[in-house]
Amino acid sequence: MLDKILDFIPTIPVDKWVSDATDWLTDTFSFLFDPVKTSLGTFMEFISEDVLLPIPAVIIILLTAVLAFFLSGKRLGLAAFTLIGLWFVYNQGLWPELISTFTLVLLASVFSIIIGVPVGILMSKSKWAQAIITPILDFMQTMPAFVYLIPAVAFFGIGMVPGVFASLIFATPPTVRFTNLGIRQVSEELVEASEAFGSTGSQRLFKVELPMARATIMAGINQTVMLSLSMVVIASMIGAPGLGREVLSALQRAEVGTGFVAGVAIVILAIIIDRFTQSVNSKKD
Amino acid sequence: MPIIEVENLSKVFGKGAQNALKLLDQGMSKEDILKETGCTVGVNRASFSVEPGEIFVIMGLSGSGKSTLVRLLNRLIEPTEGQILVDNDDLAAMDKQALRNVRRQKMSMVFQKFALFPHRTILDNAEFGLEIQGVPKEERQEKAAEALRLVGLGDYMQQKPSQLSGGMQQRVGLARALANDPEVLLMDEAFSALDPLIRKEMQDELMDLQASMKKTIIFITHDLDEALRLGDRIALMKDGSIVQIGTPEEILVSPANDYVERFVEDVDRSKVLTASHIMMRPETVNIDKHGPRVALERMREEGLSGIYVVDNNRVLKGYVTAEHASEAIKKDNRNLRDIVTNNIPRVDRDTSLNDIFDIIHDSPMPVAVVDEGKLLGIIVRGAVIAALSGNGEVNVDNA
Repeated sequence: MLDKILDFIPTIPVDKWVSDATDWLTDTFSFLFDPVKTSLGTFMEFISEDVLLPIPAVIIILLTAVLAFFLSGKRLGLAAFTLIGLWFVYNQGLWPELISTFTLVLLASVFSIIIGVPVGILMSKSKWAQAIITPILDFMQTMPAFVYLIPAVAFFGIGMVPGVFASLIFATPPTVRFTNLGIRQVSEELVEASEAFGSTGSQRLFKVELPMARATIMAGINQTVMLSLSMVVIASMIGAPGLGREVLSALQRAEVGTGFVAGVAIVILAIIIDRFTQSVNSKKD
Repeated sequence: MPIIEVENLSKVFGKGAQNALKLLDQGMSKEDILKETGCTVGVNRASFSVEPGEIFVIMGLSGSGKSTLVRLLNRLIEPTEGQILVDNDDLAAMDKQALRNVRRQKMSMVFQKFALFPHRTILDNAEFGLEIQGVPKEERQEKAAEALRLVGLGDYMQQKPSQLSGGMQQRVGLARALANDPEVLLMDEAFSALDPLIRKEMQDELMDLQASMKKTIIFITHDLDEALRLGDRIALMKDGSIVQIGTPEEILVSPANDYVERFVEDVDRSKVLTASHIMMRPETVNIDKHGPRVALERMREEGLSGIYVVDNNRVLKGYVTAEHASEAIKKDNRNLRDIVTNNIPRVDRDTSLNDIFDIIHDSPMPVAVVDEGKLLGIIVRGAVIAALSGNGEVNVDNA
C-alpha cells in the first residue's frame, strides 16, 4: 500500500541514458578514440615486444638487481629479493607475461601521473576546483572497477589500451589527492616567505610548493602504481595480455597451481615496484 | 622625509568588512563588532610614519594585531582600507606586478619561525630573493655569500637549515633578507622563537649591523625589553589600534593610558630610569651673595634640615645643615664658605636608578645631580623608592 507512493514516479531510465551517452560518445569521438587506440596500442606493443622482450631476461634481471642494490642504500635485501623473484618468474615461464604486465602498469602510471599531478595542483589552488573534483574522485574510486570495462571496450575495443584506460580511472585519484594534500600542507610561513620576496605564482609553485610537497606526492604516486597493478587481473577480462590473463584463465579452468604461480608473480612484481618507487622517494630526503 | 607613511590602515577579516568599518567609525568596540557582524577587526585605522634608517618597533600582546599590521605593510594581507605609502607610492593601490617589484627591491621580511626552505642549502636559501628576480647565478651567489658572511655564517653555506641551531637559522633568515639589499626590513617577531641568551646576542648583532647598514627596520615584538633595546621609536598596539607612539623613554615615563602603563609596569625600571627622570628642583643658596642667616631662613621656609650651596654659575659648592648655620650665626660668622660640607654624594644625569639606590641608601642627605660641576637637581630617597615601585612622578622633560 505504502509502496504505491514510491511507485508514483516510474523507474527513471538512468541506465538507458548512460548507454545512450556512451554510444553517443563512442560515435561522436571515434575520430579521437580510434587513433588513440591504434597509436597507443602500437606503441605499447612496440615497448613490450620490440624493446623489452628482445633484451635477454638475464640482463634485465641483473640490471634490476643492481639498481635495487643502489636504490636501497647499498643493502643486499632488496637486491637479493629482486634477483630471486625475477628468476622465479622466468623459471615459471611467465617472463613475456611479466613484460606485458609491466608495460601496462608503466603506461597506466605514467598517464595517471601526467593527468593526476596537474589536477591535484589545480585542486590545491582553488576551493571551487576542490569542491567539484573531490566527489568525482570518490566516484572513480568507489565505483566497482568492472563497470569501467564496458565503456573502455566501447571506446577502445579490446586489448591493452582499454586496460590502460580502466586503470587510469581507478588509479589516478591517489596522485590527485596526495598532490592536493601535499601542496595544501606546505606551511603558511614558507608560502608567505616566497610571496614576501616577490615570487610569481609559478615561482612559488615550482620553487617552494612542489619541492616541499614532493614526499607526499611521491606517496600518492606509489599508491597509484600499486592500484594500477591491482587492475591487471581485471583488465585481462577485456583482453589485456599479461600475468592477469594467466590468473583469469586459471580461474576459468579451475587450475589452482597455475593461478597460484601467476598470482605469486604479480606479488613479486608488486613488491619490487613498490620498493623502487618508495626508495626513490626516501633517498632524496 | 618618511620612507613609509601609513594612513588610516585597517583590516577587517570576514564578510561584510565595509559594514564593519562603518561601525568602527561610529566608535563601536572590537568585541561588539564581532557580535554584530561576525567580522574580526585585525587592525583599526593605524597611522604612523617611519623615517629612513630608523628602527621602528611595533609592540603588543598576542592578538593585538601587530603581526597583521606588518603583513599589511607588504600586502601579504590585503588591507580593507587605508594607504601605505612607500617612497610616496601607495602600495595598497598597486597592481600585482608593481607590488612584486616593491617586495623584490624595497622590502624584505624576516619571519618568527625563520621560514627557511628546508630543501635548499643555506646558500640557496640566502639567494632565494635574488633568484626570484632572475639575477644570474654567479652574481646572486656572490651577494648571498656576502650576506651570509655578514651574519657570521660564511662557513655553513652548503649545510641544510635543519643542521643549524635556531639562532643560526634566524641569521640565515636575516641574510636572506639582506641579500636583496632592501631599503626596509620587516622583522616579524624575528627573535621571539630564540632562547633568551641567544635573543640578546641577536639583538646586539642587529644593532651592530644596523650601525653600519642604516636600513629602515620595522620590528614586531611582544617583548617590551626587546622593544626598549632596539627601538628608536615604539608603537604600542592594543585590540588592533595603535595606542601610543613614542621613544622608549616617552613610553616608559609617560604612558598614554592605563593600558600602556600596565604594559610597562613589568619593566625593570631600575635599569631604564636614570637620575634625570626622578630629580627635583633643589633649594639653593648662593655662596657669593648669601650668608648663614639667609640659608637658615630658607630652610625654615621650606621645612628643610639642610640646603645646597652654589655659586653665581650654579656650580655646586656643597651643603649646609641647619645646625651648622645656627652655630655660625651665634659666632657671628657671615661667610658660608666656612661651614659648607663638601663631602656630599654626587651622580650625573645618566646614572641609573639601580646605582643611585646604593648611594642614597648610605647618605643622610639628598643626592645631587651634577653636570660638569653644575647642580641640575637633587634626588631624595622617597623619589627613588617611588620610581622603583612604578608609582613615582617622573619627568621626561628633564631627560
